[in-house]
Amino acid sequence: MDRRSFLKSSVAGTVGASALGFDLEPAYAAVRQLKIRNAREYKTVCPYCAVGCGTIAYVHGSGGLNTVNTIVHVEGDPDSPINGGTLCPKGASQMQLAISPRLRKSPMLREAGSSEWREVDWDFAMDWFAGRFKESRDRTFVETDDQGRTVNRCEGISWVGSATVSNEDAYLITKTMRGLGLIYIDHQARI
Amino acid sequence: MASLAATFGRGAMTNHWKDIKNADVVLVMGANPAENHPCGFKWALEARDDRNARIITIDPRFTRTSAVADRHLQIRPGADIAVLGGLVRYTIENGLFHDDYVKLHTNASFIVRDGFGFENGVFSGFNEEDGSYDKESWDYERGPDGFVRRDPTLTHPRCVFQLLKSHFSRYTPEIVARISGCSAENFLATAAMVCSTGTADRAGTIMYAVGWTMHTVGSQIIRTAAILQLLLGNIGRPGGGINALRGHANVQGATDHAIVAGILPGYLRVPTPSQTSLSRHLADATPQAVVPDTMNYWGNYPKFFVSQLKTWFGDHATPPNEFGYHFLGKQAEDATWLSIWDKALLGEMEGFISLGFNPLLAGPDIPRLLRAMSRLRWKVVIDPFMLDSAEFWKAPGMDPAAIDTEVLYLPATHWIERDGSFTNSGRWAQWKEQAIDAPEGVRSDTWILSELFWRVKERYRAEGGIYPEPIESLTWDYLNPRLPTLSELAKEINGKDLATGRQLSSFGELRDDGTTTSGNWLYCGSFTEAGNQMARRGTDDPTNLGMHHDWAWSWPLNRRVLYNRASADGSGTPWDNGRAGIRWTGREWVGDVPDYGRTTPPDQLGAFIMTEEGVARLFTKHLVDGPLPEHYEPAESPVTNLLHENVSVNPTIRWYDGVRETLAQAGDDFPYPCTVYRVVEREHFVTSNVPYLVELMPDFFVEVPEGLAAEKGIENGGRVRVWSKRGEVVGTAIVTKRIRPLQVNGRVSWTIGIPVHWGFVGITEGAMANQLTPFVGDANTRCPEFKAFLVNIERA
Repeated sequence: MDRRSFLKSSVAGTVGASALGFDLEPAYAAVRQLKIRNAREYKTVCPYCAVGCGTIAYVHGSGGLNTVNTIVHVEGDPDSPINGGTLCPKGASQMQLAISPRLRKSPMLREAGSSEWREVDWDFAMDWFAGRFKESRDRTFVETDDQGRTVNRCEGISWVGSATVSNEDAYLITKTMRGLGLIYIDHQARI
Repeated sequence: MASLAATFGRGAMTNHWKDIKNADVVLVMGANPAENHPCGFKWALEARDDRNARIITIDPRFTRTSAVADRHLQIRPGADIAVLGGLVRYTIENGLFHDDYVKLHTNASFIVRDGFGFENGVFSGFNEEDGSYDKESWDYERGPDGFVRRDPTLTHPRCVFQLLKSHFSRYTPEIVARISGCSAENFLATAAMVCSTGTADRAGTIMYAVGWTMHTVGSQIIRTAAILQLLLGNIGRPGGGINALRGHANVQGATDHAIVAGILPGYLRVPTPSQTSLSRHLADATPQAVVPDTMNYWGNYPKFFVSQLKTWFGDHATPPNEFGYHFLGKQAEDATWLSIWDKALLGEMEGFISLGFNPLLAGPDIPRLLRAMSRLRWKVVIDPFMLDSAEFWKAPGMDPAAIDTEVLYLPATHWIERDGSFTNSGRWAQWKEQAIDAPEGVRSDTWILSELFWRVKERYRAEGGIYPEPIESLTWDYLNPRLPTLSELAKEINGKDLATGRQLSSFGELRDDGTTTSGNWLYCGSFTEAGNQMARRGTDDPTNLGMHHDWAWSWPLNRRVLYNRASADGSGTPWDNGRAGIRWTGREWVGDVPDYGRTTPPDQLGAFIMTEEGVARLFTKHLVDGPLPEHYEPAESPVTNLLHENVSVNPTIRWYDGVRETLAQAGDDFPYPCTVYRVVEREHFVTSNVPYLVELMPDFFVEVPEGLAAEKGIENGGRVRVWSKRGEVVGTAIVTKRIRPLQVNGRVSWTIGIPVHWGFVGITEGAMANQLTPFVGDANTRCPEFKAFLVNIERA
């Protein structure tokens, strides 16, 4: 029995229960629809530990252009052979991580000696980033070592993270940073 | 995972989560899965309920896992090798090992050169000057045919089995007890339970996590456990294995794809300066078979490496330029976490970028990290949330005006706003769907990387600069070059045949002549002409063992249990018919995807196809600190080593300048071993943004044993101060019976426990555990020693 037919049969069971001798009419009147009723389901994976629990995110919104979709509920995926629908306290509360008001919406810069952040736009931010990156790469790049061997490495920039991104982004991080000549590269597995 | 690769040929959890239900014995040590991997741990409970399995915990604390275990053995932090070494001895001395398995599937019979030895705390070949080993004497003895000499009777005094037996003979129950603080009786009762699976009809598994890796002997702790599992015949079998429980959603995948110093995707090696040409690199990195009957699969290294270069440098990777070999940086020295911060402290690291990571809280030795961070010229922090690490300049006690580091914060998407795959601990790569779009103002990691790449490249084009060739040559042929899709990247990782454009279905198709691509050979087969295999959702399980071959995709080649050839005997018959990994039908292997040639007869090759020996290594020259594990005390320890007091700590530790002075010295008053850990309501630091979880576990606390609390006048719920030579924390005391006093070499030893989850940028603030931890790491991996250090404590 899949989850939907289970829900349906539960409802059918409730109707039959009125034969028990008490009146369920007032209760019917008070029944509200489940909040996931008109939601679309997306199959995803819990972001916390590496058990890899399957989860279902329920999303409201038309999905059309220029519309904003919202997650209304996240629960364990009963089809997953790993967790069979169960979640731990962290996994069960992940909606609060997904759509937190604490999520930031703008790049920010803290200048030398400053005690504050200031908001900057993305164009400025990425230009700043690329500028600093190139300057440091040019200043600290070593083409040959003291024995005259080709080493072609950038010694003055390091990259760390992350065990929280997808395989595809992880791969792109490695490809890009190795391509730019970095050797100081690490992530959470070390610590 | 250095130690698993050194032992078996691959550095990953051997089995997978659901497979734990097939175990008869579950040893949990260096982990607390009931708390940190709850939905995975339920498979251990299922084993207990369905198979009457026994669960055992060995830990400095009575954890939530201990609470549901059949047996708990409390030990002092850092005594793991002593205890595991005692289990190895117990297994050998009592004849409890799986004799047929050991002879068939390990290097027990291999004869080691004359001249190998262990004396006064060091192995042969030790160079005291630089604290390193010349490993020549750790090698095998060769016969006239050039192959290793073997003694199938295991009686030759220099065969691995005899060396192992003699080495661990010192680990008697009495010495285990004196070092670790448990009683010999408790140790023996635990040993009887753990070492009960050395028969064909029983299987035992081990679950471990960073409680083992985070020591100066971390790799050798895992090695000892691996040796134990090999002796008991538990590797390669359903219900067996040695299972590394990873703590973030994609630790395994990020490691496979090599966001790691020293390796390239698929565990290929970063070239070194002495490898002055591609051919020299390939010659160094490609192992030679040492016996005639090994598949020696790493012999295919050139195919994997050249296909990766071809993927990255495309038309600019040609035979005349060695497929772009010199576009890759050559690494001479260690470039891991601690070395990054050491270099920063010396003022030699200009820029530092972190993504999805909170390096400041991650530690160790936060006061030192703060000084190092303050010497960076610039720092970029990419994360969905504001982080302590981005605001290090306003950490408690810092003066922003005195810090010249420029810091850029970039708000990035997180998992639910993106598709892409996560690889869990058990190597299952599961594709996830994007549920919602990123909010206005937030950009994806892919966009940020892509934009950085293009803007750097455009600057080189406009301004010139040092060695822009690799930047100019790096392939970026995505449909939208400013924003690759994750599906495009997944296809690139898998690889294709350049002549036909066809996605490859196996790394067996890779070639070393530049006619195939594969960004990561291990993932070849994950996105084939049949589509994205990681997105599969079939729930059937014809094996009845929880393998679920149609759910997602697991590397390599959708194999669910690594080394599964070892689940069967010499004739290909499973050791246990009820738990068959694979079985030989006379023509082919059936069951799991065989970790062996599908039609290769069982007697033809060794079961461990990734090693040059064809078998698993009880004895190995692949680690820097010994071919066999040895107990060394933590860098900070309350006692000197009872086995060899003149070589108390690991003699091959790399000491960064000025670090010895930050450790407790003789005469200092730091009497108590301390360890750090997680609680179920939190995951490291990101959960400090989640209201429900903060409400469940709001405040930093210190776990203080009852007797010690009484001695110090500390009350439950009162305030305490804990300090090490490096820093201090103040918080609420939880006076506990969960940590009992131990008798370490005749003296009482108290352990203090501290959770890691707090900082100064969350919904609630709290003390940072890593104020206390030492800046010293494992001799092989340089994973810091978070799990055993010394502190003092008082009522605050």
